[in-house]
Amino acid sequence: MSEQLRVSRRVFIAFSGAAAAGGLTLALAPSRANASEAATFQQPFLRIGADGLVTVFAKHLDMGQGIWTGLTSIVAEELDADWSQMRVDGAPVDKALYKNLIFGIQTTGGSTSTANSWLQLRRAGATARAMLVQAAASKWRVPAEELQVSRGIVSHHDKRRAGFGELAAAAAALPVPTEPPLKPASAFALLGHALPRLDAAAKSHGVPMYAIDIERPGMRVALLQRPPRFGAVLASVDDRAAREVPGVVDVVQVPGGVAVIAEHTWAAIEGRRALQVTWQEDRAEKRSSAELAAEFKRLATAGDAVVCATRGDAAGAMSRAVSVVEAEFEMPYLAHAPMEPLCAVGEWLDGRCEVWAGIQNQTADQAALARILELPLERVTLHTLYAGGSFGRRATFSSDWISEFAQVLKATRGAYPVKLMWTREDDIRGGFYRPLNLHRLRAGVAADGSLLAVEHMIVAQSFLFGAPKPGVAQRPDPTVFEGHFASRYDVADASLRWVNAEVGVPVQMYRALSHNHTSFAKEVFIDELARRAGRDPLAYRLAHLSAHPRQAAVLRLAAEKAGWSTPWAEGVALGLAVQEANNGTFVAQVAQVRLEGGAVQVERVVCAIDCGIVLNPDIVRSQVEGGIAFGLGGALHGRITLDEGRVVQSNFNDFAQLRLTEMPRAIEVHFIEGGSSPTGVGEPGSVLIGAAVANAVARLTGRPVRSLPLLESGALTTR
Amino acid sequence: MAERQQLQINGKQVSLDAAPAMPLLWALRDLLHLRGTKYGCGIAQCRACTVHLDGEAVPSCVLPVSAVGGRQVVTIEGLGGRVAAAVQAAWVELDVPQCGYCQSGQVMGAVALLRANPAPDDAAIDSAMQPHLCRCGTYLRIRAAIHRAAATLASARPTMTKPTKPSRSNAR
Repeated sequence: MSEQLRVSRRVFIAFSGAAAAGGLTLALAPSRANASEAATFQQPFLRIGADGLVTVFAKHLDMGQGIWTGLTSIVAEELDADWSQMRVDGAPVDKALYKNLIFGIQTTGGSTSTANSWLQLRRAGATARAMLVQAAASKWRVPAEELQVSRGIVSHHDKRRAGFGELAAAAAALPVPTEPPLKPASAFALLGHALPRLDAAAKSHGVPMYAIDIERPGMRVALLQRPPRFGAVLASVDDRAAREVPGVVDVVQVPGGVAVIAEHTWAAIEGRRALQVTWQEDRAEKRSSAELAAEFKRLATAGDAVVCATRGDAAGAMSRAVSVVEAEFEMPYLAHAPMEPLCAVGEWLDGRCEVWAGIQNQTADQAALARILELPLERVTLHTLYAGGSFGRRATFSSDWISEFAQVLKATRGAYPVKLMWTREDDIRGGFYRPLNLHRLRAGVAADGSLLAVEHMIVAQSFLFGAPKPGVAQRPDPTVFEGHFASRYDVADASLRWVNAEVGVPVQMYRALSHNHTSFAKEVFIDELARRAGRDPLAYRLAHLSAHPRQAAVLRLAAEKAGWSTPWAEGVALGLAVQEANNGTFVAQVAQVRLEGGAVQVERVVCAIDCGIVLNPDIVRSQVEGGIAFGLGGALHGRITLDEGRVVQSNFNDFAQLRLTEMPRAIEVHFIEGGSSPTGVGEPGSVLIGAAVANAVARLTGRPVRSLPLLESGALTTR
Repeated sequence: MAERQQLQINGKQVSLDAAPAMPLLWALRDLLHLRGTKYGCGIAQCRACTVHLDGEAVPSCVLPVSAVGGRQVVTIEGLGGRVAAAVQAAWVELDVPQCGYCQSGQVMGAVALLRANPAPDDAAIDSAMQPHLCRCGTYLRIRAAIHRAAATLASARPTMTKPTKPSRSNAR
């Protein structure tokens, strides 16, 4: 009986086998399995097989945001394909072909995937369509203008019909048109509709599809023992006990620590547990969270601040203000904690390296592997798989986790394929967090409460530039301050300063970049200003949004749909928040919060979003729903703290996440199509819920919430 | 040291050599190559590793392989029957998964719930599914998909059974 299970192993080596064995028609039916078949029609962004299946090559990582479905739908639209014939696979690494047009390298982030692919993929689809049409016209000896394409069928006056598969080979031999006509938006047949996701069936049936599921012949599983404090280095290791653990095959030293290599995961876990490691901690970060908080406060006053933005004369205007309001906001380090812990599988053989992972920074990751293994770039092949979440963790500029993987491959000399696993503890304690940050906001207000001037100070580490360099002038880092107060509200005189804090904790972008903290500080602060002025928070915001009509529009819509002016029952209040997100998406959220005996329940969230053209309303909704869950979990519970440099939290027991019972009972999403092209939605839905809930709680308790996590700072609970 | 373990997996008897303390999760994934069951935390806090043990949804990451005994283990690969079909169809219809990594466990949890309680109300769903983490935040769709699957199952067996006593939990 076990023989049957073993047989499947051989088939299961590539995902194709798994998909076939599952008996499902799966969108992830991979191109690579069919690579030996002569591709009948192949271009950088799509292939059309003789079977009529169209495979789109996605240059971006799908970490759950649905981008592989979204990118495929853009191609399908211009191609006039039938949705059922569409497939998708990760594109290989090739900066020239597949770079993110906004960043210039192959990478996924900043909710840019749809926007930067929009015209590129429409052209790709339209090009292929024109070639299929020309092929049919030549075959049937009729003018191409007389042909129609609909749902994957090319036809001529309903007399002649051909599927894409029949035409693909002939089309491939034709010259590639340079300027194929694109459809007007009014002719879209697929875009704008809730096309089903291509990955839903596979993901609902447990089909192996993630890096952690990859098996290669003879593969070993590695776990890396990293230092207990950031910045510590290996002093010595006694691996005798580890090597005695059955299943452990090797113990190797790498720059990041000590790797235990085993036949399977459990042996690696047991083997690592048996290691005796001592660390050299002279240069390690040894401060505790309370010391860092005090240091950040000191830096806000006395640090070496860089002026990032000024408008008018903030100091002068401040002196004319009737009153000055000050508030300080503190937000903790946060681990991304994607459900699939980081994992990479690969082999280094015959002067080539091949890696399977949920890869987010293809250009940098390929370069890191090439550098460490001393291979030319073209000998490093990456397979980008569906990732079990990321939230920014996989996209480090330093390629930290892929570099570690490369070091393990190097230390084991390519003797066998390796899967480098991360346990949840490795993930939570591994650093590369959303930066700890302190915002100090100071507003000068006029007699009627309106804003005259705002001074904004941020203290945070820079994941873009790293620690301050002695003798080098600090450049402003937009990933620290974008979305700050004066960039989003009318205020004639304003200044924004930033101190790049020096802490030995590695930091990393986190869903929505700086917006995950600037939105909170800004939206809680303006609510406080409104309350102090005795004005309605909605009206007060709108009075300061005359230069921001799209923010005003989403705010009005969300407030109206939420019943902002409706009186609510005892113990229930609404809180609102608005933001122009990092990528030109505008979003407003209203949280309806009930407070009963100190227990917070978010009953309902109403969201209005303007992301330009809505390509797939259901995916936008899912990203807003998921963003709210992600943001709310972080706001209620999230915090990574240090005790003498050691990370206190370790797993989901003490780094708590939002659960079903804490989820808002209902989420409504309303659209405004305020632009003529699509902008991204993976991040913007996540940035406002903390502020919206904090503002509702402040209305209920009369006390402002200025620090996160909310449950800790507000002495509240959830039921 | 590894010992011979006899397990009942997806209706088949399987023997394998594993350390007695090895969690069932790793035996399934690494030794039996059943990789639909996912690792998420290793301490029964996220339930990505949920399997059915004699029909009950349990986390496999803290269950030593030697403690399984003769009980029937069902993984997502061995899931079958009308309840599972209804659940998985509802999952697809509502496009529940985002990253999808937790969804094997969610589906296993939902199937066990509906087999025990064919018409769960929100409170029953919350209680059964609360241990299952989803970092993408698909929770509302999970709840809706369970209701949809329950409705599908209810409409599919109209006159065959006569309710003998009303369920207290399904007054919706």
